[in-house]
Amino acid sequence: MATATMEMKRTQMREALRSALMEEMRRDERVFVMGQEVGKWQGTHRVTRGFYEEFGPKRVRDTPISEMAIAGSAVGAAMNGLRPVAEIMTINFAFLALDAIINHAAKVHYMFNGQFTVPMVLRVASGWGNQATATHSHTPEVIFAHFPGLYVAMPSNPLDAYGMLKASIRDDNPVLFSESIAMYSAIGEIPADDPDYLVPIGKSDVKREGSDVTIVGYARGVNWALDAAKELAKDGVQAEVIDLRWLRPLDLEPVYNSFKKTNRCVIVEEALPMFNVGAEIAAKLQEELFDYMDAPIKRVAAEDVPLPYNATLELSALPDKNKVVKAVKEVL
Amino acid sequence: MALKKDELLSMYHELVLIRRFEERAGELYASKEIGGVYLHLANGQEAVITGAIHALRETDHVITAYRDHGHAISRGVDPKYVMAEMFGKRTGTSGGKGGSMHIASKEHRFWGGYAIVGGHLPLATGIAMASHYRGDDEVTLSYIGDGASNNGYFHESLNLSGVWDLPVIWFIENNFYGMGTAVEEAAGNPILHERAQGYGIKDMGRIDGQDTLEVYEVVQEAAEYARENGPVLIEAMTYRYRGHGVSDRLFESDARADEMTQFKERDPITVMAEHIRKRDYVDTEAELKRIHERVEEEVEAAIKFARESAEPYPDELYTHVYV
Repeated sequence: MATATMEMKRTQMREALRSALMEEMRRDERVFVMGQEVGKWQGTHRVTRGFYEEFGPKRVRDTPISEMAIAGSAVGAAMNGLRPVAEIMTINFAFLALDAIINHAAKVHYMFNGQFTVPMVLRVASGWGNQATATHSHTPEVIFAHFPGLYVAMPSNPLDAYGMLKASIRDDNPVLFSESIAMYSAIGEIPADDPDYLVPIGKSDVKREGSDVTIVGYARGVNWALDAAKELAKDGVQAEVIDLRWLRPLDLEPVYNSFKKTNRCVIVEEALPMFNVGAEIAAKLQEELFDYMDAPIKRVAAEDVPLPYNATLELSALPDKNKVVKAVKEVL
Repeated sequence: MALKKDELLSMYHELVLIRRFEERAGELYASKEIGGVYLHLANGQEAVITGAIHALRETDHVITAYRDHGHAISRGVDPKYVMAEMFGKRTGTSGGKGGSMHIASKEHRFWGGYAIVGGHLPLATGIAMASHYRGDDEVTLSYIGDGASNNGYFHESLNLSGVWDLPVIWFIENNFYGMGTAVEEAAGNPILHERAQGYGIKDMGRIDGQDTLEVYEVVQEAAEYARENGPVLIEAMTYRYRGHGVSDRLFESDARADEMTQFKERDPITVMAEHIRKRDYVDTEAELKRIHERVEEEVEAAIKFARESAEPYPDELYTHVYV
């Protein structure tokens, strides 16, 4: 954990990711990156800026536009002793690689009874951007989180992104590491000099304490939740905001603890509304803590439509602070 | 280089062993001792297994699709562990969790059988990439069914191996049918090895996949080339006597009787026996007979071992989901 005494530096999320990855590559010769435009072109999202110059073409491997082969060859390289950090430019294109991710990355360890491990990280940029339209605007991590064998990381800020990426690279399981495109420029602080700063895998985090309502989010959802909490505080409502950070392993202990105190819960996410993380949490809360429930559990998610090009329509389809405030007021 | 007598007899033994193993597996499936809905037998395709795998070093790597029992045996896995896996027993190669299509043995550098057509091809690219990355002098032999040559994995994996000059032997086992669909009905250009050109990898042409020694010699040459220079593509022509899987009864119907007869005249075991007879060893016939007898014992011992092995513990349902 970051402590009060630790020296910190301000940075963008993309730089936090870049530092984490660069430090891990310096630490461990087995770590390498591969993907489209990661090398000579410096990375589509500039996370691998300068890598080609420092590490060279052996460890910074530009690939063709071959998502199945990027994901699948990362599985093979990981099985044979390397620690690939493969990048698929956006999660929308990872649909092309679903079989390699779901049937092989996630299952090789199990179906061969532990003979092989798959210590790989698949980095993907996710979420809606500026009128990116229907096929380029998915936040579909729940698809991946459905499958045992994978971990799914979704950081909400630079510090977590830094520690989560390092933890993912050092772990022996395959991790789908989802980075919100809209947050690459988000500012935060990371340790100035602590290359072993790790966020434990499968640990949620209380981002704001409160006693009136529990708001659960991940990735951008956390930021909408925190903005909403500030607004609600003006009316004297103290919201507790919990950042899941990982969809797998899903750590609901902090959610349960909070719910026992607040008896109310709103889940906020950028994903589509059907079969989403909110649905899972609502189901778990009623199973585990039915007697603590004082109001219906509310979900704030995207509208159940493909995203349109028109900016006004696009925004209206997506969650925001106001929708979170409204949902909270409905359960108070 | 001429193979020695014991090497030839060892190959012959393996061909017979794989054949008998598969024949008995088919029977055990029919009698329901082997379960599930999938069992893909390699009867008739033994030469492409034995010939190619014997051309490799122990440090080299092998990966294949679901028709994988023989590959494991050829790589040195004791048949009893393969049989036990098919029985779903704890002593199986995958502890009973993989089944017929997911035999693997890390210590034998046999990376497994994979059941999504083409799904193992990028894994082969990655395995070879890791060898290349470390500077190890190892090649990866990746089998490819003719059917797999038409899906996207084939294109992406072979292309990437060409881009990175990886030490892979891409080895198409062309048995003329992807399930029931003939190659010429599935491929715009049914001469599959010619695809090498599109990926800038060495085209080693079509070879006789019924002749273990021809396969052996070509794969030896391929391995030397791949170790030094990068990927190669070989298309071995073979034939399976059984359906695609045990549920495929249509394949063994009269429609294919003529071609079946034709291929059986060039059966891998017969062809290998002819090679051995030509060497004029003393007691050849007696030696071959002894091999058949020995195989009978080995396969029955494997079945006995599988039959008598324990089921997995109930809590093994949850082990190895994660490391």
